[in-house]
Amino acid sequence: MEGHFIIEDFNLWYGDPSHKTRGTHALKHISIEIQKKEVLALIGPSGCGKSTFLRSLNRMNDFIDGIETSGKILLDQQDIYSPKTDVALLRKKVGMVFQKPNPFPMSIYDNVAYGPKIHGIRAKSQLDGIVETALKAAALWDEVSDRLKKPALGLSGGQQQRLCIARALAVGPEVLLMDEPTSALDPVSTNKIESLICRLKTRYTWIIVTHNMGQASRISDKTAFFLSGELVESGLTTQLFHMPKDKRLESYITGNFNFT
Amino acid sequence: MSDKFSRHKHLPDAVAKVAVTLCFAFTITVLASMLFYIIIRGISKIRFSFLFSQPSPLKGTYGIFPGIINTLYIIVLTLTIAAPIGIGAAIYLNEYAGTSRKFAKIVRLIDFTIETLSGIPSIVYGLFGAVFFGETLKLGYSILTGSLTLSLMVLPIVIRTSQEALRTVPQSYREGSLGCGATKWYMIWTVVLPCAKKGLTASVLLAVGRITGESAALLFTAGAVSRLPENWLTHPLSSGATLTVQMYFGVSSGKYIDEAFGIAFVLAFILLGIYFLSDFLTRQIHNKKG
Repeated sequence: MEGHFIIEDFNLWYGDPSHKTRGTHALKHISIEIQKKEVLALIGPSGCGKSTFLRSLNRMNDFIDGIETSGKILLDQQDIYSPKTDVALLRKKVGMVFQKPNPFPMSIYDNVAYGPKIHGIRAKSQLDGIVETALKAAALWDEVSDRLKKPALGLSGGQQQRLCIARALAVGPEVLLMDEPTSALDPVSTNKIESLICRLKTRYTWIIVTHNMGQASRISDKTAFFLSGELVESGLTTQLFHMPKDKRLESYITGNFNFT
Repeated sequence: MSDKFSRHKHLPDAVAKVAVTLCFAFTITVLASMLFYIIIRGISKIRFSFLFSQPSPLKGTYGIFPGIINTLYIIVLTLTIAAPIGIGAAIYLNEYAGTSRKFAKIVRLIDFTIETLSGIPSIVYGLFGAVFFGETLKLGYSILTGSLTLSLMVLPIVIRTSQEALRTVPQSYREGSLGCGATKWYMIWTVVLPCAKKGLTASVLLAVGRITGESAALLFTAGAVSRLPENWLTHPLSSGATLTVQMYFGVSSGKYIDEAFGIAFVLAFILLGIYFLSDFLTRQIHNKKG
């Protein structure tokens, strides 16, 4: 049971600046089970709560002031919102790749070694091994193996995003959260990232927010459709895309979605 | 047709251009001639004995070596106190309190207070320093009293410019670090501070400029003694005049006007160096931002 999520009646409110009411109810009664080693795509129109939901899974929302939650998110039977949870350890287990590539202004090597160093790995030989493995897994090794000491910001956008994936993999996660990982990239880079996800599918649990319906159907096993903070429909991707039960999902997939 | 394109419509434009050009020409002429005058009068005083000896009323010689030493002591001591505290406070305001809406009002109040404090005339700091550090804490007229006083004086500057530097660090770097499982302090130490390094250096250099140029606050606190240190270790506990203070006494005695220009030359030299360095570093962070 590694990387197995059970979400039960999870709610999230963005704080109200005046502290009088609970503010915006951004996630409403979300219940879903995410099996280990599956690829789950989160789809839905902008502002539907899918990114908020993704960020709830490794508590990246903690940094937004005035957030309130209720309900449960269990990762391998442990409630991640319990006061006993070590958030740093949670994020070690649940890695994240962001929408815009955000490598640190350090060398390529130091970017990948950053995570392992946090968690106490100092030995050079051990770090070298982790860096190489992570870069190979992210399909970047061949392009950068001769310039590991060069600044990461000198890489192209697509390479930077694969570097960020390598950085996340180097920590040794069980789950990878990806927030529209290819939306800032060209088709060739997008393709490389999709195929690396497919190649590493069996090793991690993947939860991917995407606006690209083609991408969702290409890479995911299951899909969850969000609309105004609610989880409208979820299930096998093939089923959802071919026989959507909900009318709104059907019109969203076919691109006829009316936002009102 | 001809009316639409007639030149007289450009007249206000031309006048404005001439006016601002004159403003610029006036400023640059006045400042450059002043600098030129200081250099011409000062440079004739620059001798080895002037730079590397102490004033001796018996021999009737004048030197600024104690002033240079005291200035360096005060710069180092003041920075040792003010730089870590100032940068620390800026980190608190930007990385901890600043991210919380609960503290938003308090942070704005603190920002306003810091803004106000940086505008208080230095002599007021001098008065407070003399009474509090000098008398209450019994540190007397000493380089330490002067440094503590100047620390208070430059703290608001260090805090404000450091906050500015921290703000230029992209939020996405912070998220990237925390997303790898870093604790907040680890994130600040390994990502935020290295990225803000240049801006933080600039903020410290700005403080060096203020310290080097200060005289009023030091008159009451560090005193007027221009002697070489007897004991380099306990020197901070004795009274010592910096270059600017020595200059003040040199000019007010009426005897050392030329020497004062010599000091002015040395000071201008030091300060120009510091400002160019600080300006260069500040531009570096702005470039990075864009």
